[in-house]
Amino acid sequence: MAKKKSSPDWEYASAPETTAVNIAKRYDHFINGKWITPSNKKYFATTSPSTGRKLSEVAEGSKKDVDTAVKAARAAYNGVWGKMSGRERGKYIYRIARLIQERAREFAIIETMDGGKPIRESRDIDIPLAANHFFYNAGWADKLEYAFPNMPAKSLGVAGQVIPWNFPFLMAAWKIAPALATGNTVVLKPAETTPLTALKLAEVIADAGLPDGVVNIVTGAGETGAAIVNHPDVDKVAFTGSTGVGKLIQESVAGTDKKVTLELGGKAANIILEDAPIDQAVEGVVNGIYFNQGHVCCAGSRLFVQENIYDEVMWKLKQRMDTLVIGDPLDKNTDVGAINSKEQLRTIKRYIKEGVKGGADIYQPECDLPTKGNWCPPTVFTNVAQSSIIAKEEIFGPVLAVQTFRTVSEVIEKANNTPYGLSAGVWCDKGSRLFQVTGALDAGVVWGNTFNKFDPTSPFGGFKESGYGREGGLHGLGAYLDLPL
Amino acid sequence: MKTGNRACVTGDDFRNSPPVDHVGIVERAERFTTRSIKSITKRAGLNMVLNMIDLTTLEGADTPNKVRQLCYKAEHLHDSISGLPSTAAVCVFPPFVKTAREALGDNSLVKIASVATYFPSGHTTLKSKLEETRRAVSDGADEIDMVISRGRFLSGDYNYVFDEIAAVKEACGDARLKVILETGELATLDNVRRASDIAIHAGGDFIKTSTGKIASAATIPITLVMLLAIRDHYAKTGKMVGMKPAGGISKSKLALHYLVMVKETLGEQWLTNEWFRFGASSLANDVLMQVAKLESGHYQAAHYFSKD
Repeated sequence: MAKKKSSPDWEYASAPETTAVNIAKRYDHFINGKWITPSNKKYFATTSPSTGRKLSEVAEGSKKDVDTAVKAARAAYNGVWGKMSGRERGKYIYRIARLIQERAREFAIIETMDGGKPIRESRDIDIPLAANHFFYNAGWADKLEYAFPNMPAKSLGVAGQVIPWNFPFLMAAWKIAPALATGNTVVLKPAETTPLTALKLAEVIADAGLPDGVVNIVTGAGETGAAIVNHPDVDKVAFTGSTGVGKLIQESVAGTDKKVTLELGGKAANIILEDAPIDQAVEGVVNGIYFNQGHVCCAGSRLFVQENIYDEVMWKLKQRMDTLVIGDPLDKNTDVGAINSKEQLRTIKRYIKEGVKGGADIYQPECDLPTKGNWCPPTVFTNVAQSSIIAKEEIFGPVLAVQTFRTVSEVIEKANNTPYGLSAGVWCDKGSRLFQVTGALDAGVVWGNTFNKFDPTSPFGGFKESGYGREGGLHGLGAYLDLPL
Repeated sequence: MKTGNRACVTGDDFRNSPPVDHVGIVERAERFTTRSIKSITKRAGLNMVLNMIDLTTLEGADTPNKVRQLCYKAEHLHDSISGLPSTAAVCVFPPFVKTAREALGDNSLVKIASVATYFPSGHTTLKSKLEETRRAVSDGADEIDMVISRGRFLSGDYNYVFDEIAAVKEACGDARLKVILETGELATLDNVRRASDIAIHAGGDFIKTSTGKIASAATIPITLVMLLAIRDHYAKTGKMVGMKPAGGISKSKLALHYLVMVKETLGEQWLTNEWFRFGASSLANDVLMQVAKLESGHYQAAHYFSKD
């Protein structure tokens, strides 16, 4: 809001994090405690989305590789892990958590190089939170009979897990930690654009001395994931990703007795009521949609502002957007990094075009984007109708659609008027109204006066087409147990 | 600039200051401290910090000689490094304003600030406060740092507090008025916001966190709340108000984080000593140590820098 000078006096000099980390030229599958070359001898490149530079190449998982991995997981389940006492399992999981903490910096750097998210986020959020998921679940390993009183805590067997590219390391932790704590073995496939930190996690798992075959990591694209989901000897499928793929999985497991949890897309409403602390609400809006370039299933992509505070919210939001630093994700001052892939960038650009074509007003802060790599500036659309595509469909990028409302009942109706139901946020200074509105929203996670807060103790998951099943907390453990419910 | 039509501070009803969410403020404050200030940005920032310091001595044991030494330091921070600025001001008790004026002369870049209004408690009659203010100004003070009546504020007598500030402002004449809220006694961030709104509306040219005389002094979250009050006022009226955190800022790194906060909250036009100050006594030497390190590549021992 202060007038922009033509030549600013005090810009932040670059403060890049070092890239002196150990990334191998080539990675094989991690199966049965060993690095196994892919049966088809094929590898594919993984690149840095911020520079376009090739970082490494990873194995392309065939059906045969998946079968080898599932067999190893089954053997480990029958031979060791399924029989091991919870107390002993817990020791291994604690060891993994500690090893992650010891190598946190290395993992944060690789996460940022491979995925494009700002180092501030991978350093302060992704990696510490991943370690916390292992710590939290390790604590439950020997206490499952208290977690679910009067029920035998029986493990399921082999868990097939397919994770997305937006939080590669954290999602691996969300999936692996509860599976191990409850006595299951794992075949996990990271996303094809961000496989490196899951493979680094394989190193940690080997260093932690886990028995061979307890955790197997197979890399590849969608077909590899399908091979895991469809493998007849997989007892449990855990998937995080798009609603489209979630529906395919749902179809393919029909008629089997596989247990399934799906954590899918979202189009979260972030609601600012007239009495809200506006500056903090604006901060929450920014964290809600521009965190991780908006590649967040629970991103607050629909902003609802009460009409009588609309002007104030918008100038404050635009001013805050002007202060965001966009660029090299390895720079410690970067707030918004690179779009994860060319394909995703195309999708986002298509939606932005759609928004402009539909007559909405667009605002993007002035910023110099790097010439190489995949970039999209933080974007906000105002004058958006409830029926417009940018307000209805998940964009999965740094694009916010703003609508206004007049009354609380109107905003509840609009907020729930979506096939999704993963998350929502409400900003309000009056406690009673906060509970009234949050209680009326059909979403798995509803934040009050904050947004995008995660904790291993808290269950996370969706309503409607955002999926089913919960991860985190006791609910997350229950999803890996055969409970007589 | 268009602004919201919510009743923020209207007329003289300061009960309607906008709410502040403590958790949200603390979170935003932490973000400023994750900014990494390197190389030329650091060097330029350190120079700005030096130039924004109100070099302060506010002791019962102050003497004219102590004040003269302080004035010399304000103009000659560390002569073995060339190109250093002077501090923004010296800050002294009213009886030493004359001494400071004699020491600095009439053409110094260093302003003279004085803590009138029965600093730090403020417990005296309005008449005495105005007399003290007028005397300090006629003795040569460029700036008056007043304290608000926190007791009156906490008992909800906002109009009294407002009127008192307005009266002192009038007594200041051409001198600029800094209004000390003593945030450590205000208990909540909502109160900090309300007191900021009162001080700004009553005519304060600066709002200032603390006297430095109680344990709880300036913090980044408290300063952020005050900066937001300044920003909202500027958006509504186009009138700039200055900010002075005081007390508890003794390290360069922390001072640079304050500059980051000012830049990202108010914009770079506030990054001059006309609109931003640090009230500090020991900050200058820590900054000088950092500057010397940037110049020479190694740290010098503390005894190379004058302790005044």
